[in-house]
This record gives sequence, structure tokens and C-alpha cells, in this order.
Amino acid sequence: MKDLKSSILMFITFTVICGGVYPLAVTGVAYVLFPREAKGSLMADTSGKVTGSSLLGQPFSSPDYFWPRPSATTDFGYNPMGSGGSNAGPTNPDYLKVVGERVKALRATGITGPIPSELVQASASGLDPHISREAARIQIPRVAQTRGISRQDLSKIVDDFTSDRQLGFLGEPRVNVLELNLKLKSLNQRRSSGGN
Amino acid sequence: MNYYETVQTALFFLTLLVLLKPMGAYMAGVYQGERTFLSPLLLPCENLIYRICGVERSEEMGWRRYAGAMLLFNLVLFAGLLAMLLLQHLLPLNPQKLPSFSWQLALNTAVSFVTNTNWQAYSGESAVSYFTQAVGLAVHNFVSAATGMAVAIALIRGFARRKSSLIGNFWVDMTRGVLYILLPISLVAALVLVSQGVIQNFSEYKSTPLLQATTYDKPKLDDKGNAIKDAKGNPITENVTVKEVTIPMGPVASQEAIKELGTNGGGFFNANSAHPFENPTPLSHYLQILLILLIPGALTHTFGLMVGNSRQGWALLGVMLLLLIGSFCVLQWAEVNGNPLLAGLGLQGANMEGKELRFGLSGTNLFTVATTGTSCGAVTAMHDSLTPLGGMIPLALMLLGEIVFGGVGSGLYTMLAFAVVAVFVSGLMIGRTPEYLGKKIEVREMWLAMITILTAGIVVLIASGIAMITPAAVASMANPGAHGLSEILYAYASMANNNGSAFAGLGANINFHNILGSLAMLLGRYLPAVAVLAMAGSLGEKKYVPPSLGTLPTDKAPFALWLTLVILVVGALTFFPALSLGPIIEHLTMWGK
Repeated sequence: MKDLKSSILMFITFTVICGGVYPLAVTGVAYVLFPREAKGSLMADTSGKVTGSSLLGQPFSSPDYFWPRPSATTDFGYNPMGSGGSNAGPTNPDYLKVVGERVKALRATGITGPIPSELVQASASGLDPHISREAARIQIPRVAQTRGISRQDLSKIVDDFTSDRQLGFLGEPRVNVLELNLKLKSLNQRRSSGGN
Repeated sequence: MNYYETVQTALFFLTLLVLLKPMGAYMAGVYQGERTFLSPLLLPCENLIYRICGVERSEEMGWRRYAGAMLLFNLVLFAGLLAMLLLQHLLPLNPQKLPSFSWQLALNTAVSFVTNTNWQAYSGESAVSYFTQAVGLAVHNFVSAATGMAVAIALIRGFARRKSSLIGNFWVDMTRGVLYILLPISLVAALVLVSQGVIQNFSEYKSTPLLQATTYDKPKLDDKGNAIKDAKGNPITENVTVKEVTIPMGPVASQEAIKELGTNGGGFFNANSAHPFENPTPLSHYLQILLILLIPGALTHTFGLMVGNSRQGWALLGVMLLLLIGSFCVLQWAEVNGNPLLAGLGLQGANMEGKELRFGLSGTNLFTVATTGTSCGAVTAMHDSLTPLGGMIPLALMLLGEIVFGGVGSGLYTMLAFAVVAVFVSGLMIGRTPEYLGKKIEVREMWLAMITILTAGIVVLIASGIAMITPAAVASMANPGAHGLSEILYAYASMANNNGSAFAGLGANINFHNILGSLAMLLGRYLPAVAVLAMAGSLGEKKYVPPSLGTLPTDKAPFALWLTLVILVVGALTFFPALSLGPIIEHLTMWGK
């Protein structure tokens, strides 16, 4: 059976080309051209210790940090080992209750105006590192108060961690919550060490 | 849509249309054995592959041998992948020491990747080693795509040739499809994706501290790993503090590129293209949509060129574009309107449950229609959390038979089967012998066309019906009421049409879904493919009938509209009752409260 022999040999040949040569070639070139991106866009503090990836969000619930979007990853929110969304349907009573509770928690911090929907609805990956400008803006009074910095100063820091639309027109403007919170923490450290 | 969203969408379609013509012409050249600009580099490799595999490149096949070679090759692929999944724990490149798959899950996964479905009842980061990803799954992304393209090209040859029973050489079509089309584009696309932040490495998973520690209730397990329950039957939990998390790594970009280009759609991670490591920026997002639509769209032009009248191809492309843009508009409208059940809470903005912020609403919706109109099935939004009518759009796009651009190859050949039916129905209405592209459409072609367009629908309805009366399947639904039916219907629509996306709340990894789903994927892939090859054989043998005054012109707008109507009528007749019980009733109850 000539075609059976060809089948097996083709399978092996394509496995070598598409499963061996191709991924190794991409890895090799990527390491040369974009080493930081290829390795996960990891961030490190001044001592070189990894503090996270700028692409993956982390969970925050303390009032002195900006809060990210809700996350439905397995076990706990923002678990990179269990990416995924809530998969809750729009009429699911349990889901509607949970969203109601999230809104209540935000209102308890003094927010009275409209709340951007993404701040109470879980992302698709559960690792979404971003919130909208508006979602950051309504959190400024809380964070400013707990950290004892002025709203204007905090507002400027938020702007520093806001990216505009890519190339000026693609996607949405967004604030990277982890990067912003890392900055807040480093400011505090500098202040407390300066006081000593 | 705001100003930016309109500009993004318009520019996207412009880019796509600009690329389709050269791409279609290039593919026509590749499959007709012409020299291309890559030949100096690739011709030696190509000849070497033929020598190794014992292929005589000038030897053409009749449809039976072509179909036989295709089926045999797919059987070998299936066996190879099945073995790899079952032996994962013994194979190299497994830094996380992941165990092997259960046989039911391995069966489902092997069938899924060989049939270009990429339905995933596992979650990538916690179940699949780098070896399985790169040497197993990624390879199938290439060859299953090339298989679909080969079948489509064989059908085109059937239309183009006169009084010939030969439809090409399967091995040559396979090899040229991978070498000249899929590999070069994937290579370039993968590097662009890395530049945006898609990861590409073979490192161990990294651990990183959390800036703020988090806590959760972890169920207590006994020695055997079962949850311990209290007297009332509730699981006993303990409060655990997490200070450090593990970040998964892997060769993602190389797989991401072919996953979209070959309309495969199997995510490296559970969250698929919503995961920031698979799709980090708006630019990577638009590039992925472009890759999904590129080959299926360009094949319409390849078709037009190979049958000697490019307007024939543009007519089919027009139908696809009409359905794609129409679906996009409905989806956008449904999601912008948000969820009325949350209206009292003072929220602002669209329904963002299961969506990522960085892509924007219109970008996310464009991906959703592209991935389900084609048989890709990668997702950037969790379709389960779309509004009811919003969720009906991806479901309906699959149920129409994956022809709105469609899978690579399979989209075009299913669309051509619809065109044959449309020509036949109009022939009945005006009392003429139906002809398409100068070939008489007779009983045999009609049978084969009906098998091609109806198989998936019949499988969807029967399998969903069986699931609805099986307790294990009913228990796997994640959401109550009409939405639960939508989850089941979506699962079998996705598998039978070889899409692979999901209403992912459904607990897919149970024996029932794994086994019935494998059957649905096999029938949905190979029955139509073999029917199409048989049609290619019988069309090729016919003589050419020159167009006369009574011939229906199939390269003009009226035919395109007629074809659209036939597609919608067939879809509505088959699925309207099922859709009324799922998304439509959910929509009515949601807005009626």
C-alpha cells in the first residue's frame, strides 16, 4: 500500500518541520529580537527580583491600592495557573447577585456616580491587567485619602500609567493597575525610608 | 460605535480586501504548481520531502484515491496524536511533570485537532506539556488546515477541468500548502506577535510574589484527594493565604500564528486569545483577526482564477462579507445595549462580562464573528457571557455551516455546495437544466451537495437532543434555564461544524461529551469532505456546456443575493425551533421582566 507508507513518512516529516524546526526557529529569532517579550514581559524591582509581568494583573482589595476588574480564575482571583472567565449567563440569578454585591462594595467607599461596567464584570482571561481611565478616576479619592497624598498628585501618577490607543486609533485607552500600584508602593517606601 | 471604533473597523476591512487579491493569486499559483517568489528557497525542500515520502509529483489521482490518501493520512495523524497524549508523562519537554490524558479525553482531543476543530475539554496551562503543544498540537494545526485546503482545491479542479477523472495529487497539495502558504506566513506572524508581547520560550513556569497577598477558601481534601464534607454535606474549607503565584510559560507565539491562520483555534492557555500572553495588545488582536480571515477569503479569488473567471470568486466573497458584516452589526447592537437586569445598579457602558478591556467592544465583537464565521473557534470574549441575542450570533454563524469565510478550504467547499443547491433551486423555478460554471448539475451532484451542507445540522440536532435527555449532560450545564440549552446546542454546533469555541461554562470534560463529541467532529469533518471529493470527481468527468441565453449568470450580484437567501432559509428551517427555545426565549424573558 503505497499511500499508507507515504502517510506515515509525511506525518514524520511534517512533525520534524512544523513541530521542531518551526518553533525552534521562532524561539531563536524571538530571543535575539525581542528577548524581554519572549520571556513574558517580566518586571523586576531595583534589586533585580521579579515583581510580576506587566501583562498579567494581580489581585488587590486593600483600600490604599487601585482595584482591578473582578477575576474568575480558578481557586482565587488573578491566578495565572487557571485563566478563564466566569462564563456566567446574563440571566443567571447567582451572577446578578454577585454583580450587585460588587457594586455595593464600591458604593461603600463613597462612589456615588455611574460605575464603569468593567469594574464589576469579570474579564475573559481573569488576568486583564487594565481598567479604563474612568474606573481609575473614581477610585482616586479613596486611594488619595488612605495614602495621604493629594488627589492632583495621584491623578498625575495615574496618567503616567495610562496608555493611549495603540498607534493612536486601535483598542481603548487603559490604565495598567499592577504597574500603577507598584509605583504607589515604591513612593511609600521612599517616603518611609526618607523619614528615618 | 464611536469615531475610533468606526475607523478601526473600516480600516480592518480595507486591509483585508487589499490583501485578498494578491494572496488568492499566490495560492492559485502554488496549487497549479507554478514557480513563486519562494521557490528558489523552498523547491529543494519540496523535492526532498517527495523523495523521502515516495511521492511522484506528476502522478495525478482520481477522486477515490485522493479521498483514500486523505483519510489514511488523517488516520495516521490521529493515531500519532492519541499516542502522544496517552504517553505525555514519558515524553521530554515536560518541566511541570504533567501526567498523561485519560483515554476519553485523549480520544476527544486527538479527534478535535485532526479534524481542525480544536475543541478543548482540558485547560492548556495545567494539562499539556511543551512537547505535546509544539510537537503534537501545533503540527496538527498545520496539517489539518492543509488537508481542508487540499480538498477545496480538488473541488475547484473538478469545476475547472473537462472530461478528466483526475483531481490532483493529495501529497503534492498537502506539501505545497504547508511549505509555501502556511509556514512562511506563520513564521512572520509569530515574530510580529512576539514583538507585541506574546511569549515564546521553553522555560519552566516562573513564580512571582504578589504585591498584595490574597486569601481564599480552599476545600480540604482527604488522602485520596476527595473533598471532605461536613454533616450537612457542604465541603469543609480552610482559609489559605497566597503570597506567590506561578506564571505559566511556553512556545506560545509559534502556535498562536498557525492557530489563527489555519482557522484551528486551540488556545495554548485556557482563556485562549483573551489571555494576555496569547494576545497582549490591540495590534496583536487585529493581526489575529486578519490571519483568521486571510486564507478563507483569499481562496474565493483562487477559485475565481482557477475556473477562469475571477468574478465567480468575488460573488462568493460578496456573500461572505454580507453575512459577516450583518452579524457584526447585530452583535455590536446587542452588546452595546448591555444587560437590563443590571440597569438599576447605576452602571455605565456595554456588557463587559467575559471581555478584555484593551481590545475595545467593537474589536472584541469583530473577533467573535470572525472566529465563528470561520471554523477557527479561538475566543477573545467568553461567548457564554454574551447577551442572549449577542450569543446567538456566533451560534448562528456556526449553524449556517461555517461558510461565512469558513474554515480554510472547508469554508469554500461548503459554500460551493450551497452554490450548487442555489443553482439547482433556481433551475427548478425557471424550468431550465441547472448549470454551474458550465457543468450540468444532476442527481448525483445534488445528493453530494446535500450531504455536504446537511450533515453537520443533522448531527447537531440529534446529538443535542440525546444530550438533553441524558442526566450527566444536563448536570454539566453551568447556567440554569434557557441558557443551559444554549450551552449544549452551542457545544454540538461547535463540534459538528469543526469550530471549537464554546459556551465554556459547560463542564465539557465528562465521558458523555468527550465520546459523543468525538463522533460529531468525525462525521462533521469527513462525510462532507469525502462527498466534496466525490463531487469533484463527477464534475471533472463532465463536458463543458457553453453559457447560453437561458444560463443563470452566477458571477453577478443577483445570484449573490439569491445564494445568501438560500443559505439563510436552509439555516432557519433547520434551526429556528432550537434557537427559539434557547437564546430567543432568554432574550424575551430578560427584557420582559
